Amino acid sequence: MRSFTYERANDIAAATQAASQPGASYIAGGTNLLDLMKVDVERPRHLVDISRLPLRDVVETPDGGLSIGALVSNAGLAADSRVRRRYPVLAQALLAGASAQLRNQATTAGNLLQRTRCPYFYDVSMPCNKRQPGSGCSALGGYNRMHAILGASDACIAVHPSDMAVAMTALQAEVEIHTPSDTTRRTPIAELHRLPGQTPEHDTTLAPGELITAVILPPPPPGRQIYRKVRDRASFAFALVSLAAILDVRDGKVQTARLAMGGVAHKPWTPKTAERALVGAAAQADSFKEAGQAAVHNAVGRPHTAFKIALAQRLVMRTLGDLAAGG
Amino acid sequence: MHEPPHTITRRMLGLTALVTAAFGRTLHAQSQQQAALAPRPEPPALEEVHLTVNSQAHTLSLDPRTTLLDALRDHLGLPGTKKGCDHGQCGACTVLVNGVRLNSCLSLAVMRDGDSIVTIEGLAEDGKMHPVQQAFVKHDGFQCGYCTPGQICSTVGMLDELKRGLPSAVTANLAAMPAISVAEIRERMSGNICRCSAYPNIVAAIMEAQHGSAG
Repeated sequence: MRSFTYERANDIAAATQAASQPGASYIAGGTNLLDLMKVDVERPRHLVDISRLPLRDVVETPDGGLSIGALVSNAGLAADSRVRRRYPVLAQALLAGASAQLRNQATTAGNLLQRTRCPYFYDVSMPCNKRQPGSGCSALGGYNRMHAILGASDACIAVHPSDMAVAMTALQAEVEIHTPSDTTRRTPIAELHRLPGQTPEHDTTLAPGELITAVILPPPPPGRQIYRKVRDRASFAFALVSLAAILDVRDGKVQTARLAMGGVAHKPWTPKTAERALVGAAAQADSFKEAGQAAVHNAVGRPHTAFKIALAQRLVMRTLGDLAAGG
Repeated sequence: MHEPPHTITRRMLGLTALVTAAFGRTLHAQSQQQAALAPRPEPPALEEVHLTVNSQAHTLSLDPRTTLLDALRDHLGLPGTKKGCDHGQCGACTVLVNGVRLNSCLSLAVMRDGDSIVTIEGLAEDGKMHPVQQAFVKHDGFQCGYCTPGQICSTVGMLDELKRGLPSAVTANLAAMPAISVAEIRERMSGNICRCSAYPNIVAAIMEAQHGSAG
């Protein structure tokens, strides 16, 4: 690990000032950043420790939603009785991620800002446009079984690894951001992460020094919620494909459907065509099969990832069927 | 969030020009960054860190790069906590920080200033093994033993999480108190790898320890 200077931030304004200096980086849980520093992918010269800022509470919002402090641990959020009762898709997604030890330490904002687990991003001896812009993408012609089938580019086919962010996307959460000029802005979570395009080095739309202070959940939407994750082993593994689904069925017809997919793109993927096709459709197998097909209609498979297209399609179909059947 | 945004836009160019432009952009961005950066501290300034480890207060002067794991093993002479992968994947370094189980390899000691740590060396009381240690011995919950300190500290933290009602991925009813079962133990202990694969005996040990702690 390369040397760095360290400071503990005492308030949000001081933190954003310190972190907007070149070479500075925030650290909170540190479970991903320290890992990347050990393998020389991240090389911060100055660490701004924000772990003791007062951002550890989950509070009710006036409209019946929840405001989740940026430093709420993944374990703490999954255990929150309001999340378990009103946002089960989020609790399930959190519990599907990482290990118990990591969930105890990892924070809400850190989970959003974790970086891809593409093995070529981690290997500093290999070209990687995300790590070294312009150097090339080793995954394109390499071992890319865990990589993207939607929204990728010829510069990067990495996927975002978070489960939590997928559930928050289906819940249409907003991210509260404090800027270095001491203002606050909110962005829909769907606009926090970006597709790789020709600049995969930028995972998010955050400007240098900007600090996520909270994630705001709107009131729980009508309907049943579920998070389903398909992976190579039953626990402590990243998703091959995952799905957060919220389905509202009345009198045999779909009123609304909200879907977000993980493991398939550079950001949590919202299959809007599938969502639209479901509205007003009969809540039965044919509709759900069509939704599955619509969810992957523009997917691109590679030799190692082609299986993900059928997998994603069937996951959507099966999950919607289970939700409609009350499962 | 770690790098300044690039200001040069990519235009439609031929392949050769494209490669040149991309390379030029990289060099430009790097030289800009180099000019603006302060030099790395060599040697780095040491940070004073206060830790209470197994009920004993310590003050250490540490390179900020020192992980909690290395502070325990190399600076406090407590080699019971093991370094397996050093990347948070194996769980051999699991300790209790303020009562909560964490991977000490993924935690900077300086960030734990003021915290209370319990390691495998601190579980026994008055020369008597902790009930979880006794259960692991009774059920032969190990073979080579390298993962065992992490397995035992993780179990102590896990049983406390169960008592506090924390759910897991296999908890069927998220609104209810989770009940102990083999499936719950296997899921909740998935952050601790045993390459000798002593898992059946580890699970048996934990089932017995849980009965003891609930009893």
